[in-house]
Amino acid sequence: MSIRQAMLAILEQGPMYGYQLRAEFEQRTGETWPLNIGQVYTTLTRLERDGLVEVVGHGGADDQADQGERHVSYRATEAGRSEVSEWFATPVPRSQPPRDELAIKLAIAVTIPGVDVATIIQRQRSATMASLQDYTRLKRTGRAATPEEPADLAWSLVLDALVFDAEAEVRWLDHCEARLRRAALDRPPVRRDAPAAAPSEEIVR
Amino acid sequence: MNAVLHLASVSRVHGEGATEVHALRSVTFRAHPGELVAVMGPSGSGKSTLLTLAGGLDAPTSGSVWIEGTDLATLDNAGRARMRRTSVGYVFQDFNLIPALTAAENVALPRELDGEKGRIARRLALTALEEVGIVDLADRFPDEMSGGQQQRVAIARAIVGERRLILADEPTGALDTDTGEEILRLLRARCDAGAAGVMVTHEARHAAWADRVVFLRDGVVVDETGADEPEILLAGDRA
Repeated sequence: MSIRQAMLAILEQGPMYGYQLRAEFEQRTGETWPLNIGQVYTTLTRLERDGLVEVVGHGGADDQADQGERHVSYRATEAGRSEVSEWFATPVPRSQPPRDELAIKLAIAVTIPGVDVATIIQRQRSATMASLQDYTRLKRTGRAATPEEPADLAWSLVLDALVFDAEAEVRWLDHCEARLRRAALDRPPVRRDAPAAAPSEEIVR
Repeated sequence: MNAVLHLASVSRVHGEGATEVHALRSVTFRAHPGELVAVMGPSGSGKSTLLTLAGGLDAPTSGSVWIEGTDLATLDNAGRARMRRTSVGYVFQDFNLIPALTAAENVALPRELDGEKGRIARRLALTALEEVGIVDLADRFPDEMSGGQQQRVAIARAIVGERRLILADEPTGALDTDTGEEILRLLRARCDAGAAGVMVTHEARHAAWADRVVFLRDGVVVDETGADEPEILLAGDRA
């Protein structure tokens, strides 16, 4: 996960302590990927171990949000800065697609006799559509609708990412539905000895 | 609060016998004031038929279509035409503006056809153009405007004279993402101001601007999202 680099990149802007860092992250991502504070400090500790950040006794803390309890501020080192540059310069790899529960579920469902795949698709599409409506509502109201600060713009772009993802999922579900219908229409009379689901591509051609 | 549009068990069959096509099968559908409803479905699912029937441009084989409490079947041709001009606004994918008329003249046309004096019709047109943010383009011709601007004119034409039902057929289809969103924002604002909107689209991202999304397959409503607002739950027994 890129949390480590994201934190490092934010620290490049100036020294911060953990709570500030988390607030800055969530300002930009709208709490879409909430960070727990333990995770923030664990990451900071590792970054320090790796020489990418260093402790500065008491910098950048002009509000007293965390009651002085853990008032240790961190800043990016030279090595940390070059790691950030490297991160920005390198495309995010797609070679390992993130695990997609829905794709796995459908892939299994189409091979198991008696599973009503059409209903799975329909329910999923309604659910995804409802999420898409929620994201769109967030987009047209609140701070994403009229971004004034860079962080607001960042948040509205994150919302766009969620919107495009959900849209792609709906399109893919439409596509699966159409393919399955076509496969069912083209399927020759059932042969008991045939495998449960023949590859539909061959049937279509 | 009554539905502005109510389709009651509407079916539409094209052709007869062996070539019979059931475009819609006993569909019941409502759009209320303040509500934007999106209709999604693949081609051939019946979504365009639904919009055509809703606008009184075609009549159902069975069932009835009500606009603002009037059963369209009880109107003669002239009555239906009048209903279309005064209560219903259309927005099409390809704008459908008249090239020889300016923006203001395009928008004023339905009012003038309805017998409004030219000067008053123009004033109403300017108000509508103001609402969609392009009153400064009032005297331009369609070919002097971008696609997004033309669609704004079309929306102004659809809302001029306070019409309460807006029917939109793929209104963002010919526009880029940003311009399309501006158009959706306008439709949304009009519905928030009290109109009922029905928008046919095949793009989930655009349908998501609606309060409710209705999925059509083979002429049947197979699913619906966002119908959980209390007033909509109570919709069962009203016209």
